[in-house]
Amino acid sequence: MKLNVNNAQHDVDADPRTPLLYVLRGDLKLNAAKFGCGLGQCGACTVLVNGEPVFSCVTPIALLAGKEITTLEGLGTEEHPAPIQQAFIEAQAAQCGYCIPGMMMRAQALLQRNLHAGDADIRAWLEPNLCRCGSHMRILRAVHRAQHILTTAQKGDAG
Amino acid sequence: MSDTGIVISRRAVLAGSGALIFSFSSVAQSPAQENAAPLAAAAPPLPGSLKQSPFLDSWIRIDADGAITVFTGKAELGQGIKTALLQVAAEQMDADFAQLKIVTADTARTANEGYTAGSHSMQDSGTAITHAAAQVRTLLVAQAAQRSGLPADQLKTDNGAVVAPDGRRFGYGDLVAVEILHVQASPQSMLKDPVQYKFLNRRIPRVDIPAKVTGGEAFVQDFRPDGMVHGRIVRPPSYGAVLDSVDTTAVKKMPGVLKVVRDGSFLAVIAEREFQAIEAMRALAAVARWHESAKLPDMAALPAFLAGLPARDIKVIDQQQPAAVNAKMISATYSRPYVSHGSIGPSCAVAQLQDDALTVWTHTQGVFPDRDAIAEMMRMPKDKVRCIHSQGSGCYGHNGADDAAGDAALLARALPGKPVRVQWTREQEHAWEPYGPAMLVKVSAALDDSGKIADWDYAVWSNTHSMRPGPAGALIAARYLAEPFPEPEPKPIPMPEGGGDRNSNPIYKFPSMKVIHHFLPTMPVRVSALRSLGAYMNIFSIESFMDELAAAAGADPVEFRLKHLDDPRAREVVSTAAGRFGWSAKPRAGSPGHGYGFAFARYKNLAAYCAIACEVEVNHETGRARMVRAVAAVDSGQVVNPDGIANQIEGAILQSMSWTLYENVSFDDRRITSVDWATYPILRFSAVPDSMEVHIINRPGTPFLGSGEAGQGPAAAAVANAIANATGYRFRDLPLSSERIKAAIGV
Amino acid sequence: MRGFVRSLVFLCVLLILGAAVYAILAVQPALDPIAPPQASSFDPALVKRGAELAAVGSCGVCHTAPSGRQFAGGLALPTPFGTIYSTNITPDAATGIGNWSQAAFQRALRRGVRRDGAYLYPAFPYDHFTLVSGDDVKAIYAFLMTREPVRATAPTNQLPFPLNIRLVMYGWNLLYLKPGPYRPDPAQDEAWNRGAYLAEGLGHCGACHTPRNILGAEKTSEKFSGGEAEGWSAYAINASSPAPVPWTADTLLQYLSRGFNADHGVARGPMLDVASNLGAAPSDDLHAIAAYVAAQIGDAAAPTPQVAKQAKAQSARGSAVAAASADSQADTSYNRGTNADNDEGALIYAATCSGCHQGPRAAPFGGIDFALSSNINGPSARNLANVVLNGLPATENKHSPIMPGFANAMDDNQVAALARYLRAHFTDKPPWTDIEKSISDARMNVRAPAANAAPANGAASTGTQQGTTNEAQR
Repeated sequence: MKLNVNNAQHDVDADPRTPLLYVLRGDLKLNAAKFGCGLGQCGACTVLVNGEPVFSCVTPIALLAGKEITTLEGLGTEEHPAPIQQAFIEAQAAQCGYCIPGMMMRAQALLQRNLHAGDADIRAWLEPNLCRCGSHMRILRAVHRAQHILTTAQKGDAG
Repeated sequence: MSDTGIVISRRAVLAGSGALIFSFSSVAQSPAQENAAPLAAAAPPLPGSLKQSPFLDSWIRIDADGAITVFTGKAELGQGIKTALLQVAAEQMDADFAQLKIVTADTARTANEGYTAGSHSMQDSGTAITHAAAQVRTLLVAQAAQRSGLPADQLKTDNGAVVAPDGRRFGYGDLVAVEILHVQASPQSMLKDPVQYKFLNRRIPRVDIPAKVTGGEAFVQDFRPDGMVHGRIVRPPSYGAVLDSVDTTAVKKMPGVLKVVRDGSFLAVIAEREFQAIEAMRALAAVARWHESAKLPDMAALPAFLAGLPARDIKVIDQQQPAAVNAKMISATYSRPYVSHGSIGPSCAVAQLQDDALTVWTHTQGVFPDRDAIAEMMRMPKDKVRCIHSQGSGCYGHNGADDAAGDAALLARALPGKPVRVQWTREQEHAWEPYGPAMLVKVSAALDDSGKIADWDYAVWSNTHSMRPGPAGALIAARYLAEPFPEPEPKPIPMPEGGGDRNSNPIYKFPSMKVIHHFLPTMPVRVSALRSLGAYMNIFSIESFMDELAAAAGADPVEFRLKHLDDPRAREVVSTAAGRFGWSAKPRAGSPGHGYGFAFARYKNLAAYCAIACEVEVNHETGRARMVRAVAAVDSGQVVNPDGIANQIEGAILQSMSWTLYENVSFDDRRITSVDWATYPILRFSAVPDSMEVHIINRPGTPFLGSGEAGQGPAAAAVANAIANATGYRFRDLPLSSERIKAAIGV
Repeated sequence: MRGFVRSLVFLCVLLILGAAVYAILAVQPALDPIAPPQASSFDPALVKRGAELAAVGSCGVCHTAPSGRQFAGGLALPTPFGTIYSTNITPDAATGIGNWSQAAFQRALRRGVRRDGAYLYPAFPYDHFTLVSGDDVKAIYAFLMTREPVRATAPTNQLPFPLNIRLVMYGWNLLYLKPGPYRPDPAQDEAWNRGAYLAEGLGHCGACHTPRNILGAEKTSEKFSGGEAEGWSAYAINASSPAPVPWTADTLLQYLSRGFNADHGVARGPMLDVASNLGAAPSDDLHAIAAYVAAQIGDAAAPTPQVAKQAKAQSARGSAVAAASADSQADTSYNRGTNADNDEGALIYAATCSGCHQGPRAAPFGGIDFALSSNINGPSARNLANVVLNGLPATENKHSPIMPGFANAMDDNQVAALARYLRAHFTDKPPWTDIEKSISDARMNVRAPAANAAPANGAASTGTQQGTTNEAQR
């Protein structure tokens, strides 16, 4: 079936019951979304579908025809990082880093819908995502940093 | 090439031509000293891991184009060690950081530095690389001296080149010739003066983070060699279960299935695509018939269970004096349940058997011991098995990584030539990883008239904290084969490192002390090393008890500790944390629902010092405790990357808070029942503190002190002390769940 | 013409007189404020009893906002008439009930009147609490007056004219309030009366489980025939109970105290909060409530053979929790080919749901077998839409089931197809008629994060679970 991933159409020859995570990692060789639990409990697999976060480990590709799937790779690269990526690097917001792509995608969805979310709202928003290393303080700092980068850019555009 | 001649001349070079020589204060476990003693006399041991791997080119290699590769036998676990070691090398070599690469733990390429564990990486590998890099620099300068005809002491090094007074630059790549680095290290090194540091004590951004935030290949889970196929294991439902029967006919016919592997009670399936392997695993699990026989203890009565087990007594400290008259006696009993590593990414490994050589890509903390165990299990010569460390998610000790590597090896043998990837499920990781052991502590102390501790009597009950490979029987798979390997005998880790007795020896000065470790060989539940080992529980107990004693003496908890501490670095860490927190300004009794707690320890009494002050809020109606604010002070000796240290301490505080407030492995009389995040809940964002500060005290020129585990114990006790301050109740049995707190505080 | 004007004037005078009479009759006196009593003046045993009764009444559920302090009010309660905010019932003198005498408190519970004489709205179910005995009122008063005082004022209610004039409640009360306290039914035994007293009074089950008329009052002739609360369908708990496996006193007791029963599923929505509270209630009281409700449900027909078979299979799942051999999901490859290509809902079910819902993990952690689900058998698709879209979020520090929500993975057509399939495949009931509306209503309740942050204190047992559910699982 055809899947739209990071603005490109892909012809995927997989059983429609296959969770998106395995198609992203196995067929499309994308690394960011990770296997953490396969149960929708930890968020390491989070990607965006039509701009909203989903657990790709429990989302079969059968549900995704015609929808826009965005992974971390679709936001930016090492050479041209997106604001959220730049922010996480500046904040050094990772220890092992395994949970971080999921965190970033979840945060990205928030920033896309409400750039001025307050700290309490960011914490509530990130609740479904687990971090075992205890990088939470840095993750929050990174999201605030991304807000700053984006709002400064906005002002720059407007000014 | 005449080794002898070259060695002598290079040794002469390294033996000191009168340049700067530093002496490190000697530290028992990590001798990092150099002095001007002549080589002929009994040479002091080489510093750090140079002791085991003395050749300089085991650590540093320089290519003709100037690219420099640093080799370490330690592994990147997410603690930032790759970056820190590059900083160390860049510093002592005066290299261009951008030219540096690092190769980590690989049985074919790096030194054997055992496990990346015990917060030893900086002390062992960092020290070795410090000296190796410094000595490489000395040799390069000597080469340049030879080339230029100038005396060495007129030459400087800068950014990857030796520089002559007239400005001529000799790039390191140009200077390297004919194995000049293939020489054994000297006990002496010309180290840089800390005032000239450009890379140490700098917040150099971690070299591994950019790939991790842009979808680069960063983890073993991302490794995809050509032709890779997917394996899944079907584990037994409980320890020791025997696979009676499994009808594999239907599974073999499932789409994509390449092989069903059965060897005794070891059962697995390999398929082309990952989801096919998952479905086949589920189908296989549904038809497997097991005979179970495990007998697990009563979860509700673990402390009594531990106290009743046969024990081997290990005297840690035996300096008891007769008790003074008028001594006030206090005693307490503390306990903790089994605690899980709970790695976010379940264990994974890729293995390939090609022409009777086996390669395994694994996130084990010890590639050499894991290689040895796998070689023994596969009945292959060691030199035919290669283990390459590839990062996994945070392991926090001995999790399923070594076992997954063993699983992958067996599956690779089932399909020779093909790389086979084994991914554990979440449930398997939760149920089969070796936990931090349940522990029991009983302590009593006497206070004299002046409110000082006169006598201290401490006993800790614990299993071993290490069942790592080495032996093949340490691997799960090996124990379930048709010809199984026996589980190795558990052994205590001797002090000063210690296992269950790690940090059972308080750093405080008491006139009379007795500390006993009741080592328990009986292990009904699988256990091994969890971050900080026994230190978490011992520091929790000691630091909780110090607060109880302080209360009995009517003393402020911080003042009380200072009264018994004479180590000046310890005192400074305590004062810094208290000062930065505003300890003396806080309300003594805590406002309704708020409490304040303090704790301090020096990890292993050898590694980093860490003190933590925190504020906790307790919801009276629900008993729910949450850390609101934490301020930590840490002394790690010479700081390499302050951001790395802060990151580790922050992480330790949050992880320890989660262990302390929420966590216990659950089981019925036969099976582990906490198999996912629903049944083993951990910290989520709703409980994260409002603020956290880490203040680092840099000690330039002093030995590195391992910091990765320094926060676990103090954080636990600080939280417990704050809850006691908030509620007026002292909780001694972990976890400090909301049910327990609510039950005590009542209505 | 003159006659007409005279009649008009006469009518106006009558109306004015009528309004005056109404007002005279309606206006309630203010009761004198008191100094907030010292917490130590209350007998601890009484306070403890009050805590138990407050658990039965689930006071904290409504009187605590998602990120607010306990009992300090501020929870938004959507009603068909507008949004009403719960009040501060901590003993703060200025903003709570700190200067309420016990008599004032009792009047509020019995007759829905505030200390200052203003009427309360029956979003506060005083039409149930009126049954509470004098002794129990005393205990609850002691409990509330010993809580931590919090200075907090609830937002203003959003009610249209004339409902925002509190005096209109006099008329409503005349029609619908039967003042208590509870009078035992002599035809029933003590145990039954105990259960009735608790369930009809503090438990206020009917507030959600009884349908309401156009004026928002419970239709007493249809008691326990099912209602709705905060966007969730509250099932019938009388003879019309849709549960495929009939409830018994034992299974109800387990459900109410632990929040789940293997043959029925897990409590969610407002019932999750209720079950959390009831967990703290005394076991005797819970027994009584369970027995009373079971008696209302009566002896329902035995489950169909198919349902019995599924119930047996579900009970046989992994002895308490899944064996950790493999993972918690079933191999669903067998589902392939069974109408999968023809029925989109079947494929969605097979691919998305069946792994857990027909998997090897026992209650409450594995998904319930839909053959046993009241949800699928109930009259409205609303609950299914809520759960499919929002899932079940994690509860801090508690073993509780976690289910992912599919609001973002599925569009409305997909959810509808799934709903139709589940209804047709797992029940013999006629198709739902409110699927589309249920889905769009469920989606609308997903508010922006700024408006509805999850509880800062993490306690899922405070505030509307629906709100936090939505946010946590989107």
